[in-house]
Amino acid sequence: MNEFPPRPTPIEAAEMMRRQRGRNIALLVVLSSLAVLFFAITMVKLGHMG
Amino acid sequence: MSASVRVERAGGAAPAYLAGSDRWQDWFLLLKPRVVSLVVFTGFIGMFLAPGHLHPVLAFTAILCIAVAAGAAGALNMWYERDIDALMQRTRRRPIPAGRIEPGAALAFGVALSVASVLVMGLATNVCAATILGISIAFYVLVYTVWLKRRTPQNIVIGGAAGAFPPLIGWAAVTGSVDVLPLLLFGIVFFWTPPHFWALSLYACKDYGRAGVPMLPVVAGARETRRQIFGYTLLLGVVSVLPWVLGYAGLVYGVAASLLSLGFVGCSWCVLRDQADTAGTSCNGDVPARLNFRYSLLYLAGIFVALAADKIVAWHG
Repeated sequence: MNEFPPRPTPIEAAEMMRRQRGRNIALLVVLSSLAVLFFAITMVKLGHMG
Repeated sequence: MSASVRVERAGGAAPAYLAGSDRWQDWFLLLKPRVVSLVVFTGFIGMFLAPGHLHPVLAFTAILCIAVAAGAAGALNMWYERDIDALMQRTRRRPIPAGRIEPGAALAFGVALSVASVLVMGLATNVCAATILGISIAFYVLVYTVWLKRRTPQNIVIGGAAGAFPPLIGWAAVTGSVDVLPLLLFGIVFFWTPPHFWALSLYACKDYGRAGVPMLPVVAGARETRRQIFGYTLLLGVVSVLPWVLGYAGLVYGVAASLLSLGFVGCSWCVLRDQADTAGTSCNGDVPARLNFRYSLLYLAGIFVALAADKIVAWHG
C-alpha cells in the first residue's frame, strides 16, 4: 500500500532541511530588523514627548 | 535553475512541499525593484520638499514603508496577472509564471507586506500618510490591476494615479496633511505615465495583443497611440511648469522644467512623425518610441531633481 503523503527520500529530506533553515534565517533577520526599527521609533517618539 | 538542488522523483515532478526554488532573488524580483526605486525616489523628493522636519529615523521608516508598500502592490499585481504574464515575452520569466514561486505564497507575501507597511507608516509618522499609502496600494491592485487593465485602453491613464501617490505620501509623512505642491507633483507623475507606457507599448504591442490586454496600440492602433502620446506630452509640459508659474518653485526649477519639457515634446514629435506603413507600424523599428521611453525616465528624474535643487538654492539664497 502506498504511503500518503509519500515519505521523502533522503535527498528530498536534506533539501527540505536546507530550505527550512534558509526560511528560519530569513525570518530571524526580518524579526530582528523589525525589533531594532520599533525600538528606534519608540526612542524617537519618547524623545519628542519628553 | 537555482543554486539549490532541483529535487524530482523518478518519472515525476517535485513533491508539493519542494515546489519553487526558494531563492531570495525570486522574492526580491516579486517586489518589482525597478518600480520600487522610482517610487522611493519620488517619495523621498516629496518628503524633502515638505516644510517642517522629520527625525531621520522616522524619515527612513517612512521611505521603507513606501518601498515595501510599492513592492507589495507589485507582488499582488504579479499574483493576479500570472496568467497573462505567462503569455508575454517580456514577463514570462517572472517568478510566478516561471514556476519558481507558488501563487498562494506570493499572495500571502503581498498581503502581509501591504498590511505591515501601512501599520508601521501609521505608527512612525501619521494617519494621513498611512491612509494615502493604503489607498495607493488598493488603487494599484484593485482599480488598475483587477478592474481597468483588462477592460479599457485607458487603463494606463487612470491607473497611472497609483504611481503618482508617493510624493504625496512623502509630503504627508512630514506635514500630516496635503497641500498644492504635492498635488502638482501627483499631476506631473499622472500625466507622465501615459506617454511613458504608451511609448513602451508601441514596440511591445504584439505581447499585449497575444495576452488580450487592451493597450491603446492594440485597440486603437499605432497612429492613434502616437497622437495620444504627443497630446499627453503637451499636457505634461503645462503641468510640469505649474509649480514655477504658481510660485511654489523658483527660477532654477522653471528653467529646468521648461528645457526638459521641450526635449520631451521634441521626442514625442519624432514619435508622431515616425514613418509608418499603412497599418501604422513603424518603418524604423520604433526607434523614436524607444528613444521617447528612455527620455521619459530621464525626464521624470530631471524634474524631481530640479525641484530638490531649487529648494537647496532657495536655502542658500
